[in-house]
Amino acid sequence: MKRRLQEALLTGPSFFWLLTFFLVPTLLVFFLAFRPADPYGGIGAGWTLETIKALGRSYYLAVGLRTLWVSLLTTAFSILLALPAGYAVARAPERHRKTLLMLIIVPFWTSFLIRIFAWRSLLHPEGLVKKFLMAVGLAGPQTSLLYNTGAVVLVMVYTFLPFAILPIYAAAEKFDFRLIEAARDLGARPLQSFLRVFLPGIRSGLLSAILVVFIPALGSYVVPDLVGGPGSEMLGNKIAQRVFVDRNLPHASALAVVLILAVVAPLIAIVLLRRKEKPGVILSEDA
Amino acid sequence: MGEHLEFRGVSKRFGAIQAVDDVALEIRKGEFFSLLGPSGCGKTTMLRIAAGFEQPDKGRIFLDGQDITELPPNKRRVNTIFQSYALFPHMTVRDNIAFGLSIAKRPPDEIEREVAAMLKMIQMEDQAGKKPEQLSGGQKQRVAVARALINRPAVLLLDEPLAALDLKLRQRMLIELDMIHDEVGITFLYVTHDQGEAMSLSDRIAVMDQGRVEQIGTPAEIYESPRTSFVAAFIGDTNFLEGEVTSIDGDYCAVRVAGFPDLSCFNDKGLQPGNLVYLSIRPEKIQISRDKPLLDSRQYNALPARVEDVIYLGSTTKYGVRAEGHRVQVMRQHFRFFLDEKPIRWKDDAWIWWHSDDAFMLERYSRGDEKLVGLPPEKVGETQ
Ligand SMILES: Nc1ncnc2c1ncn2[C@@H]1O[C@H](COP(=O)(O)OP(=O)(O)OP(=O)(O)O)[C@@H](O)[C@H]1O
Ligand SMILES: [Mg+2]
Repeated sequence: MKRRLQEALLTGPSFFWLLTFFLVPTLLVFFLAFRPADPYGGIGAGWTLETIKALGRSYYLAVGLRTLWVSLLTTAFSILLALPAGYAVARAPERHRKTLLMLIIVPFWTSFLIRIFAWRSLLHPEGLVKKFLMAVGLAGPQTSLLYNTGAVVLVMVYTFLPFAILPIYAAAEKFDFRLIEAARDLGARPLQSFLRVFLPGIRSGLLSAILVVFIPALGSYVVPDLVGGPGSEMLGNKIAQRVFVDRNLPHASALAVVLILAVVAPLIAIVLLRRKEKPGVILSEDA
Repeated sequence: MGEHLEFRGVSKRFGAIQAVDDVALEIRKGEFFSLLGPSGCGKTTMLRIAAGFEQPDKGRIFLDGQDITELPPNKRRVNTIFQSYALFPHMTVRDNIAFGLSIAKRPPDEIEREVAAMLKMIQMEDQAGKKPEQLSGGQKQRVAVARALINRPAVLLLDEPLAALDLKLRQRMLIELDMIHDEVGITFLYVTHDQGEAMSLSDRIAVMDQGRVEQIGTPAEIYESPRTSFVAAFIGDTNFLEGEVTSIDGDYCAVRVAGFPDLSCFNDKGLQPGNLVYLSIRPEKIQISRDKPLLDSRQYNALPARVEDVIYLGSTTKYGVRAEGHRVQVMRQHFRFFLDEKPIRWKDDAWIWWHSDDAFMLERYSRGDEKLVGLPPEKVGETQ
């Protein structure tokens, strides 16, 4: 009995924190999704399913699918780049590792927004990248590097890459690389030993990396807003528009509900996957 | 027959350390061959070169006459039992054993059959579903052996496979390994720093020191006629006496050791008067008695000595004696033991003697020999 009291006292503060600043707002969002909007940007009286129904329009379906697609692409590219990077840092001589990790973390010293603006000026029609591509004949004067889905994915991969490298590195650092030699000894080619021994060996780090990229990617708003165009809008942008432009909170809430469900689904899937291996909290061992 | 795995002039350097220094070895088919030497002498590096994990700076490796120096590990018909076993932690025992065949894309029913046969050989049929972390050290070792042997390698490389096991288990696995070797009949290249392991298992042994092979031979050859003082000291205990050849008498020669009358010694190396030598005499080859023995002085050397310490070990007794300032270890086996016999005790005067054929002379060409002189025999092996 005393133990339980102690536990309650210890977990109490964080419980109330989460309750007030996380659970209550989330419930409010769910709640608002079923209320009508009034013409002045407020909440009308009564309940309605109209907003939810409105989400079924093909227009939203397209945005939803694009959000999913861009997030998947971002995750895939980030992981593809993070795997060799994490592997290389883990295998680097001890004395170089700190420097390499530092190089991965150093972009965080500059504000996220400033880095995105830097990309804008790089990709700008008068920017360095465009000029270079034109010089080597890879781009014509009409090619646009900005305001399209490609630019969004590029800048999102740039933004999320360090978050993908760190958990992969953390897992790779603990990995026993003699196992790769054992696999090679038993006849595996380098790629086979990578796929069949290294990847399963860093499984938990890999899952963390996927989560840490995919979930924030789904909710992206700033990147598509700044480097994307009308054709590359994501759910985050739509929610912002409903709030700031249309002043339609119920509509924004309904979209947010969709996003929350989209985020929670992979989370639950991965927690279940993990549970099968060993009990533990997500990210705890790698982050 | 003929040589099977051959190292030809192989050298490997890591920074300032010459890990392997111009090694030539010819290992025969089906042989149990051991690399024996102290820690850091380059044994593991030799295995890694054979497996393809290290490229030699100089020299070539041949397997059945084919130059395999440039082949990657997966293309070599050799498999390794790693010092740490390196079982795949995310796979069951069964999948670990099946790994090589599954990489080779063999049909599933064949894989199943082969794995079952291996599980039977290592007597672990009932553990096939376990993960490595659920196994004991000895079981892990057996799985590692099965995982390697299922590929039917031409040569099995074993890097101190018993080092991680406790003494009892080590002795059992030793017998098991020996049986497996007899059963599968493939070549074993076995690395160890434990002379007992090497002596009991091997057909032949290469004794290594500081990257070089000091001697290659059968266990008996290496024990009974070591080529260098390092080998003499590393394999078993021995006494070293520093001396000079003074005269030759047929197959024997006379060696002068400071303070002693000239000692007679079998001259198997064809030494000449004036050669500086170490005389090495194993403790168990020296007899000890209270009274001066009546012996032919051409065949035996007898010296008066004072007993400094006596250690009774049951089957044997170890004596530390001093003869003309030289410290000599004597080991006496109790063929018979008479309770009414008056034992030789501490501070007694006694005689030690040995047959001229039982001492061997070593030229002073081993590196580090200077350090060996004057050390008690049990310390000699540790100076390396
Ligand atoms: N990758 C490496 N980089 C630098 N030095 C190395 C490397 N591998 C081995 N060495 C050095 O080479 C020498 C021989 O090493 P090796 O592992 O072959 O010895 P060993 O005989 O197997 O020793 P042990 O009985 O301790 O396993 C040692 O001095 C070791 O420090
Ligand atoms: Mg070693």
